[in-house]
Amino acid sequence: MNRNPNDIVRYTAYERANHWAVGMSFILLALSGLAFFHPAFYPLSLLLGGAVWARILHPFIGVLMALLFIMMFFRFWKLNIITQVDKEWLSRVKEMVDGDDHNMPESGKYNGGQKIMFWLAAVCMVLLLVSGIVIWRAYFSGLFPIGLIRFSSLLHAAVAAFMIALIIVHIYAAIWTRGTIRAMLYGTVSRAWAKQHHPAWFRQITGGGK
Amino acid sequence: MALQSLDIKARSATTTPSPSARETMEVAKLIDISKCIGCKACQVACMEWNDLRDEVGTNVGVYDNPPNLSAQSWTVMRYSEVEVEANKLEWLIRKDGCMHCADPGCLKACPAPGAIVQYSNGIVDFHQENCIGCGYCITGCPFDIPRISKKDSKAYKCTLCSDRVAVGMEPACVKTCPTGAIVFGTKDDMIHHAEGRITDLKSRGYANAGLYDPQGVGGTHVMYVLQHADKPELFSGLPKNPSISAMVGLWKGITKPLTSFALGMLAVGTLFHYVMKGPNEVSKDIEKEFENES
Ligand code: HEM
Ligand code: SF4
Repeated sequence: MNRNPNDIVRYTAYERANHWAVGMSFILLALSGLAFFHPAFYPLSLLLGGAVWARILHPFIGVLMALLFIMMFFRFWKLNIITQVDKEWLSRVKEMVDGDDHNMPESGKYNGGQKIMFWLAAVCMVLLLVSGIVIWRAYFSGLFPIGLIRFSSLLHAAVAAFMIALIIVHIYAAIWTRGTIRAMLYGTVSRAWAKQHHPAWFRQITGGGK
Repeated sequence: MALQSLDIKARSATTTPSPSARETMEVAKLIDISKCIGCKACQVACMEWNDLRDEVGTNVGVYDNPPNLSAQSWTVMRYSEVEVEANKLEWLIRKDGCMHCADPGCLKACPAPGAIVQYSNGIVDFHQENCIGCGYCITGCPFDIPRISKKDSKAYKCTLCSDRVAVGMEPACVKTCPTGAIVFGTKDDMIHHAEGRITDLKSRGYANAGLYDPQGVGGTHVMYVLQHADKPELFSGLPKNPSISAMVGLWKGITKPLTSFALGMLAVGTLFHYVMKGPNEVSKDIEKEFENES
Protein backbone atom coordinates (compact mmCIF):
# COMPACT_ATOMS: atom_id res chain seq x y z
CA MET A 1 0.00 0.00 0.00
CA ASN A 2 1.92 2.96 -1.23
CA ARG A 3 0.01 6.12 -0.39
CA ASN A 4 2.57 8.64 -1.59
CA PRO A 5 2.57 8.82 -5.38
CA ASN A 6 5.72 10.92 -5.34
CA ASP A 7 7.83 8.14 -3.88
CA ILE A 8 10.14 6.26 -6.18
CA VAL A 9 10.00 2.49 -6.47
CA ARG A 10 13.45 1.04 -5.80
CA TYR A 11 12.65 -2.64 -5.28
CA THR A 12 9.79 -4.82 -6.48
CA ALA A 13 8.00 -7.11 -4.07
CA TYR A 14 9.89 -10.13 -5.46
CA GLU A 15 13.22 -8.43 -5.07
CA ARG A 16 12.44 -7.58 -1.46
CA ALA A 17 11.19 -11.07 -0.64
CA ASN A 18 14.28 -12.57 -2.25
CA HIS A 19 16.57 -10.26 -0.32
CA TRP A 20 14.91 -11.01 3.04
CA ALA A 21 14.95 -14.74 2.45
CA VAL A 22 18.71 -14.53 1.83
CA GLY A 23 19.11 -12.20 4.81
CA MET A 24 17.25 -14.42 7.24
CA SER A 25 19.13 -17.50 6.07
CA PHE A 26 22.39 -15.63 6.46
CA ILE A 27 21.63 -14.63 10.03
CA LEU A 28 20.71 -18.20 10.98
CA LEU A 29 23.89 -19.43 9.29
CA ALA A 30 26.12 -16.86 10.92
CA LEU A 31 24.72 -17.50 14.41
CA SER A 32 24.82 -21.29 14.13
CA GLY A 33 28.22 -21.19 12.43
CA LEU A 34 29.71 -18.97 15.11
CA ALA A 35 28.59 -21.54 17.68
CA PHE A 36 31.11 -23.97 16.14
CA PHE A 37 33.64 -21.22 15.53
CA HIS A 38 34.57 -20.47 19.14
CA PRO A 39 33.27 -21.74 22.49
CA ALA A 40 32.35 -18.18 23.50
CA PHE A 41 29.56 -18.37 20.90
CA TYR A 42 28.48 -21.94 21.68
CA PRO A 43 25.24 -20.84 23.43
CA LEU A 44 24.08 -19.35 20.10
CA SER A 45 23.45 -22.92 18.95
CA LEU A 46 20.37 -22.88 21.21
CA LEU A 47 18.72 -20.61 18.64
CA LEU A 48 18.41 -23.56 16.28
CA GLY A 49 17.30 -25.95 19.01
CA GLY A 50 20.64 -27.03 20.45
CA ALA A 51 24.08 -27.77 19.09
CA VAL A 52 23.18 -31.08 17.45
CA TRP A 53 20.28 -29.48 15.59
CA ALA A 54 22.49 -26.54 14.66
CA ARG A 55 25.03 -29.00 13.22
CA ILE A 56 22.31 -30.80 11.28
CA LEU A 57 20.48 -27.73 9.99
CA HIS A 58 23.35 -25.33 9.20
CA PRO A 59 24.44 -26.93 5.93
CA PHE A 60 20.87 -27.36 4.66
CA ILE A 61 20.13 -23.71 5.36
CA GLY A 62 23.41 -22.96 3.59
CA VAL A 63 22.34 -24.73 0.42
CA LEU A 64 18.95 -23.00 0.56
CA MET A 65 20.63 -19.63 0.92
CA ALA A 66 22.99 -20.37 -1.96
CA LEU A 67 20.01 -21.10 -4.24
CA LEU A 68 18.22 -17.94 -3.13
CA PHE A 69 21.40 -15.95 -3.63
CA ILE A 70 21.81 -17.24 -7.18
CA MET A 71 18.34 -15.90 -7.98
CA MET A 72 19.27 -12.56 -6.48
CA PHE A 73 22.58 -12.56 -8.29
CA PHE A 74 20.97 -12.84 -11.70
CA ARG A 75 18.49 -10.13 -10.78
CA PHE A 76 21.14 -7.61 -9.83
CA TRP A 77 24.50 -8.35 -11.43
CA LYS A 78 24.08 -6.03 -14.42
CA LEU A 79 23.32 -3.11 -12.11
CA ASN A 80 26.55 -3.79 -10.27
CA ILE A 81 29.05 -3.58 -13.11
CA ILE A 82 31.81 -1.31 -11.93
CA THR A 83 32.37 1.85 -13.99
CA GLN A 84 34.93 4.64 -14.01
CA VAL A 85 32.66 6.73 -11.76
CA ASP A 86 32.58 3.91 -9.21
CA LYS A 87 36.34 3.74 -9.17
CA GLU A 88 36.46 7.46 -8.52
CA TRP A 89 33.87 6.98 -5.74
CA LEU A 90 35.93 4.21 -4.18
CA SER A 91 39.10 6.28 -4.24
CA ARG A 92 37.27 8.88 -2.14
CA VAL A 93 35.55 6.42 0.18
CA LYS A 94 37.49 7.80 3.17
CA GLU A 95 35.74 11.17 2.81
CA MET A 96 32.40 9.41 2.68
CA VAL A 97 33.07 7.45 5.86
CA ASP A 98 34.22 10.69 7.43
CA GLY A 99 30.73 12.05 6.82
CA ASP A 100 31.60 14.44 3.99
CA ASP A 101 29.99 13.56 0.67
CA HIS A 102 30.40 16.92 -1.06
CA ASN A 103 33.11 15.76 -3.40
CA MET A 104 31.72 12.29 -4.01
CA PRO A 105 31.05 11.61 -7.69
CA GLU A 106 27.40 11.16 -8.60
CA SER A 107 26.42 7.54 -8.30
CA GLY A 108 23.76 5.65 -10.20
CA LYS A 109 21.40 3.15 -8.63
CA TYR A 110 24.36 1.78 -6.68
CA ASN A 111 27.51 3.51 -5.56
CA GLY A 112 30.98 2.01 -5.81
CA GLY A 113 30.87 0.72 -2.25
CA GLN A 114 27.60 -1.10 -2.79
CA LYS A 115 28.93 -2.70 -5.95
CA ILE A 116 32.11 -3.92 -4.28
CA MET A 117 29.91 -5.32 -1.52
CA PHE A 118 27.85 -7.18 -4.11
CA TRP A 119 30.83 -8.83 -5.79
CA LEU A 120 32.58 -9.68 -2.53
CA ALA A 121 29.37 -11.25 -1.25
CA ALA A 122 29.08 -13.31 -4.44
CA VAL A 123 32.67 -14.59 -4.14
CA CYS A 124 32.15 -15.39 -0.42
CA MET A 125 28.97 -17.30 -1.25
CA VAL A 126 30.76 -19.50 -3.78
CA LEU A 127 33.67 -20.19 -1.42
CA LEU A 128 31.36 -20.93 1.52
CA LEU A 129 29.19 -23.26 -0.53
CA VAL A 130 32.09 -25.23 -1.97
CA SER A 131 34.06 -25.48 1.29
CA GLY A 132 30.85 -26.13 3.22
CA ILE A 133 30.07 -29.15 1.09
CA VAL A 134 33.59 -30.55 1.55
CA ILE A 135 33.28 -30.32 5.37
CA TRP A 136 29.71 -31.69 5.40
CA ARG A 137 30.61 -34.88 7.22
CA ALA A 138 27.21 -36.56 7.12
CA TYR A 139 27.07 -36.80 3.33
CA PHE A 140 30.15 -35.55 1.53
CA SER A 141 33.40 -35.46 3.51
CA GLY A 142 34.03 -39.15 2.83
CA LEU A 143 34.49 -38.29 -0.84
CA PHE A 144 37.41 -35.94 -0.26
CA PRO A 145 41.05 -36.41 0.85
CA ILE A 146 41.85 -35.31 4.40
CA GLY A 147 44.15 -32.48 3.25
CA LEU A 148 41.32 -30.89 1.30
CA ILE A 149 38.94 -31.24 4.25
CA ARG A 150 41.45 -29.50 6.52
CA PHE A 151 41.97 -26.71 4.01
CA SER A 152 38.22 -26.32 3.52
CA SER A 153 37.62 -26.11 7.27
CA LEU A 154 40.11 -23.28 7.50
CA LEU A 155 38.72 -21.59 4.39
CA HIS A 156 35.10 -21.89 5.52
CA ALA A 157 35.87 -20.35 8.91
CA ALA A 158 37.97 -17.54 7.42
CA VAL A 159 35.51 -16.64 4.66
CA ALA A 160 32.59 -16.82 7.09
CA ALA A 161 34.32 -14.38 9.45
CA PHE A 162 35.09 -12.06 6.55
CA MET A 163 31.54 -12.22 5.28
CA ILE A 164 30.07 -11.54 8.72
CA ALA A 165 32.24 -8.39 8.82
CA LEU A 166 31.04 -7.51 5.32
CA ILE A 167 27.40 -7.88 6.33
CA ILE A 168 27.88 -5.86 9.52
CA VAL A 169 29.11 -3.02 7.29
CA HIS A 170 26.24 -3.62 4.85
CA ILE A 171 23.60 -3.40 7.59
CA TYR A 172 25.24 -0.43 9.23
CA ALA A 173 25.42 1.46 5.93
CA ALA A 174 21.68 0.97 5.53
CA ILE A 175 20.99 2.26 9.04
CA TRP A 176 23.46 5.14 8.76
CA THR A 177 21.95 6.41 5.52
CA ARG A 178 18.56 7.46 6.84
CA GLY A 179 15.58 6.53 4.71
CA THR A 180 17.28 3.45 3.23
CA ILE A 181 15.75 0.62 5.26
CA ARG A 182 12.28 1.41 3.87
CA ALA A 183 13.59 0.66 0.39
CA MET A 184 13.97 -2.97 1.43
CA LEU A 185 10.85 -2.95 3.61
CA TYR A 186 8.25 -1.23 1.42
CA GLY A 187 10.17 -0.92 -1.83
CA THR A 188 10.07 2.85 -2.07
CA VAL A 189 12.35 5.78 -1.30
CA SER A 190 11.58 9.48 -1.20
CA ARG A 191 12.55 11.67 -4.15
CA ALA A 192 14.81 13.67 -1.88
CA TRP A 193 16.62 10.50 -0.78
CA ALA A 194 17.19 9.48 -4.38
CA LYS A 195 18.49 12.88 -5.41
CA GLN A 196 20.80 13.08 -2.39
CA HIS A 197 22.33 9.64 -2.48
CA HIS A 198 21.95 8.41 -6.04
CA PRO A 199 21.64 11.55 -8.23
CA ALA A 200 22.48 9.86 -11.53
CA TRP A 201 19.84 7.20 -10.91
CA PHE A 202 17.36 9.92 -9.88
CA ARG A 203 17.89 11.80 -13.14
CA GLN A 204 17.64 8.64 -15.15
CA ILE A 205 14.23 7.59 -13.78
CA THR A 206 12.73 11.06 -13.56
CA GLY A 207 13.94 11.99 -17.00
CA GLY A 208 16.08 14.79 -15.61
CA GLY A 209 13.26 16.28 -13.51
CA LYS A 210 13.94 17.61 -10.11
CA MET B 1 32.10 -42.99 28.33
CA ALA B 2 30.55 -40.92 31.03
CA LEU B 3 32.60 -38.75 33.32
CA GLN B 4 33.84 -41.16 35.97
CA SER B 5 36.45 -39.06 37.67
CA LEU B 6 37.50 -35.46 37.86
CA ASP B 7 41.16 -35.87 37.02
CA ILE B 8 41.00 -34.01 33.72
CA LYS B 9 43.90 -32.33 31.96
CA ALA B 10 42.15 -30.91 28.93
CA ARG B 11 38.60 -30.55 27.72
CA SER B 12 37.50 -29.70 24.17
CA ALA B 13 36.17 -26.21 23.40
CA THR B 14 36.81 -24.99 26.93
CA THR B 15 38.76 -21.84 27.71
CA THR B 16 38.82 -22.10 31.50
CA PRO B 17 40.78 -24.67 33.58
CA SER B 18 39.37 -28.19 33.73
CA PRO B 19 38.69 -29.94 37.06
CA SER B 20 42.20 -31.10 37.75
CA ALA B 21 42.78 -31.14 41.51
CA ARG B 22 43.42 -34.88 41.39
CA GLU B 23 46.55 -36.05 39.65
CA THR B 24 46.99 -39.58 38.42
CA MET B 25 50.03 -41.30 37.02
CA GLU B 26 50.60 -41.12 33.31
CA VAL B 27 49.84 -44.52 31.82
CA ALA B 28 50.71 -46.13 28.51
CA LYS B 29 50.02 -49.23 26.49
CA LEU B 30 53.01 -50.75 24.74
CA ILE B 31 52.41 -52.91 21.67
CA ASP B 32 55.39 -55.03 20.75
CA ILE B 33 54.89 -55.78 17.08
CA SER B 34 57.72 -58.30 17.06
CA LYS B 35 55.75 -60.46 19.48
CA CYS B 36 52.36 -60.19 17.78
CA ILE B 37 51.11 -63.32 16.00
CA GLY B 38 48.01 -61.65 14.52
CA CYS B 39 45.49 -63.86 16.33
CA LYS B 40 43.04 -60.95 16.86
CA ALA B 41 42.25 -61.99 20.42
CA CYS B 42 42.61 -58.31 21.35
CA GLN B 43 40.09 -57.34 18.67
CA VAL B 44 37.62 -59.79 20.12
CA ALA B 45 38.32 -58.73 23.71
CA CYS B 46 37.67 -55.13 22.71
CA MET B 47 34.28 -56.08 21.23
CA GLU B 48 33.41 -58.12 24.30
CA TRP B 49 34.32 -55.58 26.92
CA ASN B 50 32.77 -52.65 25.07
CA ASP B 51 29.68 -54.55 23.82
CA LEU B 52 30.46 -53.84 20.17
CA ARG B 53 29.31 -55.94 17.22
CA ASP B 54 30.36 -54.78 13.77
CA GLU B 55 28.43 -55.95 10.75
CA VAL B 56 29.72 -59.22 9.38
CA GLY B 57 31.47 -58.13 6.19
CA THR B 58 33.08 -59.98 3.33
CA ASN B 59 36.60 -61.26 2.97
CA VAL B 60 38.62 -58.67 1.08
CA GLY B 61 41.37 -61.10 0.12
CA VAL B 62 43.72 -60.43 3.04
CA TYR B 63 43.62 -61.12 6.74
CA ASP B 64 42.43 -57.60 7.58
CA ASN B 65 38.90 -58.14 8.85
CA PRO B 66 37.05 -55.92 9.33
CA PRO B 67 39.15 -54.04 6.80
CA ASN B 68 38.99 -50.73 8.63
CA LEU B 69 38.14 -49.08 11.91
CA SER B 70 34.49 -48.20 12.44
CA ALA B 71 32.15 -46.96 15.15
CA GLN B 72 31.82 -50.65 16.13
CA SER B 73 35.46 -51.64 15.64
CA TRP B 74 37.75 -49.54 17.79
CA THR B 75 40.83 -51.61 17.04
CA VAL B 76 41.76 -53.63 13.95
CA MET B 77 44.80 -55.67 13.02
CA ARG B 78 46.56 -54.53 9.87
CA TYR B 79 48.72 -57.06 8.04
CA SER B 80 51.47 -56.17 5.59
CA GLU B 81 53.88 -58.44 3.78
CA VAL B 82 57.18 -56.72 3.09
CA GLU B 83 60.67 -57.58 1.99
CA VAL B 84 62.93 -55.18 3.82
CA GLU B 85 65.89 -57.28 2.74
CA ALA B 86 65.65 -59.08 -0.59
CA ASN B 87 64.22 -62.60 -0.31
CA LYS B 88 63.43 -62.20 3.38
CA LEU B 89 59.68 -61.97 3.69
CA GLU B 90 58.38 -60.31 6.84
CA TRP B 91 54.79 -60.28 8.00
CA LEU B 92 54.32 -57.07 9.94
CA ILE B 93 51.10 -57.03 11.92
CA ARG B 94 50.05 -53.80 13.56
CA LYS B 95 47.20 -53.37 16.00
CA ASP B 96 45.69 -50.06 14.86
CA GLY B 97 43.61 -47.78 17.06
CA CYS B 98 43.74 -44.50 18.93
CA MET B 99 47.25 -43.49 19.98
CA HIS B 100 46.06 -41.33 22.89
CA CYS B 101 48.29 -38.44 21.89
CA ALA B 102 49.66 -36.09 24.54
CA ASP B 103 48.71 -33.28 22.12
CA PRO B 104 45.49 -34.66 20.60
CA GLY B 105 44.40 -33.18 17.27
CA CYS B 106 40.86 -34.48 17.80
CA LEU B 107 40.47 -32.54 21.04
CA LYS B 108 41.94 -29.43 19.50
CA ALA B 109 39.51 -29.52 16.57
CA CYS B 110 36.36 -30.38 18.54
CA PRO B 111 33.86 -27.46 18.82
CA ALA B 112 31.63 -29.08 21.48
CA PRO B 113 32.57 -28.31 25.10
CA GLY B 114 33.49 -31.50 26.93
CA ALA B 115 32.84 -33.89 24.06
CA ILE B 116 36.52 -34.88 24.16
CA VAL B 117 38.52 -34.96 27.37
CA GLN B 118 42.06 -35.90 28.24
CA TYR B 119 42.48 -37.36 31.71
CA SER B 120 45.56 -36.54 33.70
CA ASN B 121 46.63 -40.15 33.17
CA GLY B 122 46.92 -39.35 29.45
CA ILE B 123 43.85 -41.19 28.15
CA VAL B 124 41.89 -39.28 25.50
CA ASP B 125 38.19 -40.10 25.79
CA PHE B 126 35.12 -39.15 23.78
CA HIS B 127 32.03 -38.26 25.81
CA GLN B 128 29.29 -39.04 23.35
CA GLU B 129 26.59 -37.27 25.37
CA ASN B 130 28.27 -33.97 24.43
CA CYS B 131 29.15 -34.95 20.85
CA ILE B 132 27.30 -33.05 18.11
CA GLY B 133 28.44 -35.26 15.23
CA CYS B 134 30.27 -32.64 13.14
CA GLY B 135 33.27 -34.88 12.45
CA TYR B 136 35.87 -32.20 13.26
CA CYS B 137 37.78 -34.82 15.33
CA ILE B 138 38.38 -36.77 12.11
CA THR B 139 39.69 -33.58 10.49
CA GLY B 140 42.05 -33.00 13.43
CA CYS B 141 43.41 -36.52 14.01
CA PRO B 142 46.83 -37.23 12.44
CA PHE B 143 46.18 -41.00 12.60
CA ASP B 144 42.72 -41.22 10.96
CA ILE B 145 41.13 -42.84 14.00
CA PRO B 146 37.71 -41.44 15.00
CA ARG B 147 34.60 -42.73 13.23
CA ILE B 148 31.07 -41.31 13.21
CA SER B 149 28.40 -43.91 13.86
CA LYS B 150 25.78 -44.30 11.13
CA LYS B 151 23.28 -45.17 13.84
CA ASP B 152 23.52 -42.18 16.16
CA SER B 153 25.90 -39.73 14.39
CA LYS B 154 28.26 -39.68 17.37
CA ALA B 155 32.04 -40.14 17.19
CA TYR B 156 33.64 -43.28 18.63
CA LYS B 157 37.13 -44.66 19.10
CA CYS B 158 39.28 -46.66 21.51
CA THR B 159 38.85 -45.45 25.10
CA LEU B 160 41.99 -47.26 26.29
CA CYS B 161 39.37 -48.89 28.52
CA SER B 162 39.23 -45.74 30.62
CA ASP B 163 36.48 -47.40 32.67
CA ARG B 164 38.74 -50.33 33.53
CA VAL B 165 41.83 -48.21 34.09
CA ALA B 166 39.88 -45.91 36.43
CA VAL B 167 39.36 -48.87 38.78
CA GLY B 168 42.89 -50.19 38.51
CA MET B 169 42.52 -52.79 35.77
CA GLU B 170 44.45 -53.02 32.53
CA PRO B 171 42.66 -52.57 29.15
CA ALA B 172 40.78 -55.61 27.84
CA CYS B 173 43.16 -56.14 24.91
CA VAL B 174 46.15 -56.22 27.25
CA LYS B 175 44.46 -58.75 29.51
CA THR B 176 43.69 -61.04 26.58
CA CYS B 177 46.88 -61.04 24.50
CA PRO B 178 48.21 -64.62 24.63
CA THR B 179 51.82 -63.77 23.71
CA GLY B 180 52.31 -60.80 25.98
CA ALA B 181 52.76 -58.52 22.99
CA ILE B 182 50.62 -55.85 24.65
CA VAL B 183 51.60 -54.57 28.06
CA PHE B 184 50.25 -51.75 30.18
CA GLY B 185 51.58 -49.63 33.02
CA THR B 186 52.97 -46.22 33.79
CA LYS B 187 54.45 -44.47 30.78
CA ASP B 188 57.92 -44.51 32.37
CA ASP B 189 57.73 -48.24 33.04
CA MET B 190 56.59 -48.92 29.50
CA ILE B 191 59.47 -46.94 28.02
CA HIS B 192 61.82 -48.88 30.27
CA HIS B 193 60.22 -52.19 29.24
CA ALA B 194 60.54 -51.21 25.59
CA GLU B 195 64.26 -50.52 26.00
CA GLY B 196 64.80 -54.11 27.10
CA ARG B 197 62.85 -55.41 24.11
CA ILE B 198 64.77 -53.19 21.71
CA THR B 199 68.14 -54.37 23.04
CA ASP B 200 66.96 -57.92 22.55
CA LEU B 201 65.75 -57.27 19.00
CA LYS B 202 69.00 -55.54 18.08
CA SER B 203 70.97 -58.54 19.29
CA ARG B 204 68.83 -60.68 16.99
CA GLY B 205 69.75 -58.69 13.89
CA TYR B 206 67.09 -55.99 13.86
CA ALA B 207 69.57 -53.14 13.86
CA ASN B 208 66.90 -50.48 13.46
CA ALA B 209 64.53 -51.72 16.14
CA GLY B 210 63.11 -48.88 18.20
CA LEU B 211 60.27 -47.29 20.12
CA TYR B 212 57.46 -45.42 18.38
CA ASP B 213 56.46 -42.57 20.70
CA PRO B 214 56.18 -39.71 18.18
CA GLN B 215 57.20 -36.38 19.67
CA GLY B 216 55.34 -34.40 17.00
CA VAL B 217 52.15 -35.06 18.97
CA GLY B 218 53.93 -34.70 22.31
CA GLY B 219 54.41 -38.46 22.59
CA THR B 220 51.59 -40.99 22.77
CA HIS B 221 50.00 -43.16 25.42
CA VAL B 222 49.89 -46.09 23.02
CA MET B 223 53.40 -46.90 21.86
CA TYR B 224 54.85 -49.51 19.54
CA VAL B 225 58.06 -51.48 19.55
CA LEU B 226 58.92 -51.62 15.85
CA GLN B 227 61.45 -53.97 14.27
CA HIS B 228 62.13 -51.21 11.73
CA ALA B 229 61.67 -47.98 13.64
CA ASP B 230 63.47 -46.09 10.87
CA LYS B 231 60.64 -46.97 8.48
CA PRO B 232 57.33 -46.88 10.37
CA GLU B 233 55.46 -46.59 7.04
CA LEU B 234 56.21 -50.29 6.47
CA PHE B 235 53.71 -51.07 9.22
CA SER B 236 50.57 -50.42 7.17
CA GLY B 237 51.31 -46.74 6.76
CA LEU B 238 52.18 -45.70 10.30
CA PRO B 239 53.15 -42.01 9.83
CA LYS B 240 56.83 -41.25 10.32
CA ASN B 241 56.59 -37.81 11.92
CA PRO B 242 52.95 -37.29 12.79
CA SER B 243 51.87 -33.92 14.10
CA ILE B 244 48.72 -31.85 14.10
CA SER B 245 48.46 -30.45 10.57
CA ALA B 246 49.55 -26.82 10.23
CA MET B 247 46.19 -26.18 8.58
CA VAL B 248 44.37 -27.41 11.69
CA GLY B 249 46.70 -25.35 13.88
CA LEU B 250 45.87 -22.24 11.91
CA TRP B 251 42.15 -23.05 11.90
CA LYS B 252 41.99 -23.65 15.64
CA GLY B 253 44.76 -21.41 16.93
CA ILE B 254 44.92 -17.88 18.27
CA THR B 255 43.31 -16.65 15.03
CA LYS B 256 39.82 -17.47 16.29
CA PRO B 257 39.71 -15.43 19.49
CA LEU B 258 41.40 -12.59 17.59
CA THR B 259 38.86 -12.77 14.76
CA SER B 260 35.98 -12.93 17.24
CA PHE B 261 37.34 -9.87 19.00
CA ALA B 262 37.75 -8.02 15.70
CA LEU B 263 34.13 -8.77 14.70
CA GLY B 264 32.92 -7.50 18.08
CA MET B 265 34.97 -4.33 17.71
CA LEU B 266 33.60 -3.78 14.22
CA ALA B 267 30.01 -4.00 15.48
CA VAL B 268 30.76 -1.64 18.37
CA GLY B 269 32.72 0.57 15.99
CA THR B 270 29.66 1.16 13.83
CA LEU B 271 27.78 2.45 16.87
CA PHE B 272 30.63 4.86 17.63
CA HIS B 273 30.69 5.95 14.02
CA TYR B 274 26.99 6.76 14.23
CA VAL B 275 27.26 8.82 17.38
CA MET B 276 30.46 10.57 16.35
CA LYS B 277 29.74 11.38 12.70
CA GLY B 278 25.96 11.53 12.86
CA PRO B 279 23.53 9.93 10.44
CA ASN B 280 23.87 10.39 6.70
CA GLU B 281 20.71 12.40 6.14
CA VAL B 282 19.30 14.18 3.12
CA SER B 283 20.55 17.79 3.08
CA LYS B 284 18.11 20.53 4.02
CA ASP B 285 18.37 22.10 0.52
CA ILE B 286 17.24 18.98 -1.26
CA GLU B 287 14.56 18.31 1.33
CA LYS B 288 13.09 21.80 0.79
CA GLU B 289 12.98 21.27 -2.96
CA PHE B 290 10.54 18.44 -2.50
CA GLU B 291 8.62 19.79 0.48
CA ASN B 292 5.51 21.12 -1.24
CA GLU B 293 5.09 17.91 -3.24
CA SER B 294 4.53 15.54 -0.35
C1 HEM C 1 26.69 -21.81 1.51
C2 HEM C 1 26.40 -22.92 2.06
C3 HEM C 1 26.98 -23.41 3.37
C4 HEM C 1 27.22 -24.72 3.67
C5 HEM C 1 26.91 -25.93 2.78
C6 HEM C 1 27.81 -24.76 4.98
C7 HEM C 1 28.21 -25.92 5.64
C8 HEM C 1 28.87 -25.96 6.84
C9 HEM C 1 29.22 -27.16 7.53
C10 HEM C 1 28.96 -28.58 7.02
C11 HEM C 1 29.85 -26.80 8.69
C12 HEM C 1 30.38 -27.74 9.76
C13 HEM C 1 29.35 -27.82 10.87
C14 HEM C 1 28.17 -28.68 10.47
O1 HEM C 1 28.37 -29.84 10.09
O2 HEM C 1 27.04 -28.18 10.54
C15 HEM C 1 29.91 -25.37 8.73
C16 HEM C 1 30.51 -24.62 9.72
C17 HEM C 1 30.49 -23.23 9.76
N1 HEM C 1 29.80 -22.39 8.91
FE1 HEM C 1 28.87 -22.94 7.21
N2 HEM C 1 27.93 -23.48 5.47
C18 HEM C 1 27.43 -22.61 4.52
C19 HEM C 1 27.31 -21.23 4.63
C20 HEM C 1 27.75 -20.48 5.72
C21 HEM C 1 27.54 -19.05 5.89
C22 HEM C 1 26.83 -18.12 4.95
C23 HEM C 1 28.11 -18.72 7.09
C24 HEM C 1 28.16 -17.39 7.79
C25 HEM C 1 28.73 -16.37 7.36
C26 HEM C 1 28.71 -19.92 7.62
C27 HEM C 1 29.45 -19.96 8.79
C28 HEM C 1 30.00 -21.08 9.32
C29 HEM C 1 30.90 -21.07 10.44
C30 HEM C 1 31.40 -19.84 11.20
C31 HEM C 1 31.21 -22.42 10.71
C32 HEM C 1 32.12 -22.93 11.80
C33 HEM C 1 33.52 -22.99 11.24
C34 HEM C 1 34.47 -23.53 12.22
O3 HEM C 1 34.18 -24.52 12.88
O4 HEM C 1 35.54 -22.96 12.35
N3 HEM C 1 28.45 -20.98 6.78
N4 HEM C 1 29.29 -24.86 7.59
S1 SF4 D 1 45.13 -40.76 17.68
FE1 SF4 D 1 43.57 -39.35 16.85
S2 SF4 D 1 41.71 -39.81 18.04
FE2 SF4 D 1 43.48 -40.71 19.20
S3 SF4 D 1 44.10 -39.04 20.64
FE3 SF4 D 1 45.39 -38.82 18.81
S4 SF4 D 1 44.21 -37.29 17.60
FE4 SF4 D 1 42.75 -38.10 19.10
